[in-house]
Amino acid sequence: MTHTDNLSRDEDILKAAEDWARGGRGVALATVVETWGSAPRPVGANLVIDGDGNFLGSVSGGCVEGAVVTEAMDVIVSGKPRTLEFGVADETAWKVGLSCGGTIRVYVEKIG
Amino acid sequence: MRLDVLSALNAERAARRAVVLVTAIESGAQRLVTHDLIDADPLRETLRKRLHSGKSGMEETLEGRVFLTVHVPSPRMVITGAVHISQALAPIAKLAGYDVTIVDPRTAFATPERFPDVSLLAEWPENALPRLSIDRYTAFVALTHDPKIDDFGLVEALRNECFYVGALGSKKTHARRVERLRAQGLSEAAIARIHAPIGLDIGAVSPAEIAVAVMAEITTARRRPEAAS
Repeated sequence: MTHTDNLSRDEDILKAAEDWARGGRGVALATVVETWGSAPRPVGANLVIDGDGNFLGSVSGGCVEGAVVTEAMDVIVSGKPRTLEFGVADETAWKVGLSCGGTIRVYVEKIG
Repeated sequence: MRLDVLSALNAERAARRAVVLVTAIESGAQRLVTHDLIDADPLRETLRKRLHSGKSGMEETLEGRVFLTVHVPSPRMVITGAVHISQALAPIAKLAGYDVTIVDPRTAFATPERFPDVSLLAEWPENALPRLSIDRYTAFVALTHDPKIDDFGLVEALRNECFYVGALGSKKTHARRVERLRAQGLSEAAIARIHAPIGLDIGAVSPAEIAVAVMAEITTARRRPEAAS
């Protein structure tokens, strides 16, 4: 069966998270949990990251993925979940450039 | 997330069952609420609302701030009849996010040339439909007006609680269809769920316009189920 829009379904991403973890890789899952303003990806969007910084999916359409990946690699080591916020009011956000002007909160947790 | 929770979540999704993952944001505590567990869950009211809307989101609860990840199966459309209307309806439905399958045993109609990029089964519905496991996230559309092809699918769609069941045909054709379905033992309530004549009344004339009317009716059934009955 064909899928017209795999991006909106996150199906492959959660399956990949499971496959990566079963394959013995350290894995973290990032989920958009809140958005304000014109956020590029909806609440529930996922990004999966492994211990080497490989990732699949998207939480912002490219704006803050780099920062999320870095934080996720810490979470893989510590095992402790954390919530990240990116937005126009946040200096870091300016740096990483959420250019759309929205604010997003991303929950990052380790798998396994 | 524990790996066993993630595996269970993926298994539910693969089986096309709706499920909600509840995550306490502060503690990281998680539970997976499958369909059979909702009634016993302390957040059942909220979970039901979320499942209905299909939207994930944050909630303030007695348990503190929790994030609800809602997984509702992607919608499907199964059409009997590789006819003109289907040629327009299939691409429209795909654009709207549906996985589309067309079933028609008449091999002259069911050709890949007429239906590029669509899952096409040139088989009798009796063979094809059981394999497709149509469910409550499936819209079923009968477009042949041939009882030999359409009736089996209509009965299956009603029995499997498809969220939308529609059948092409005039009032007279439908009246005869109702008689046949009654004779097969379907209840009046089940038969009344069939949308016929099919499609919203927008004065559609051409096959493409009828396809738009059908897609609009299906959208109403999905997004505003209380208004579509």
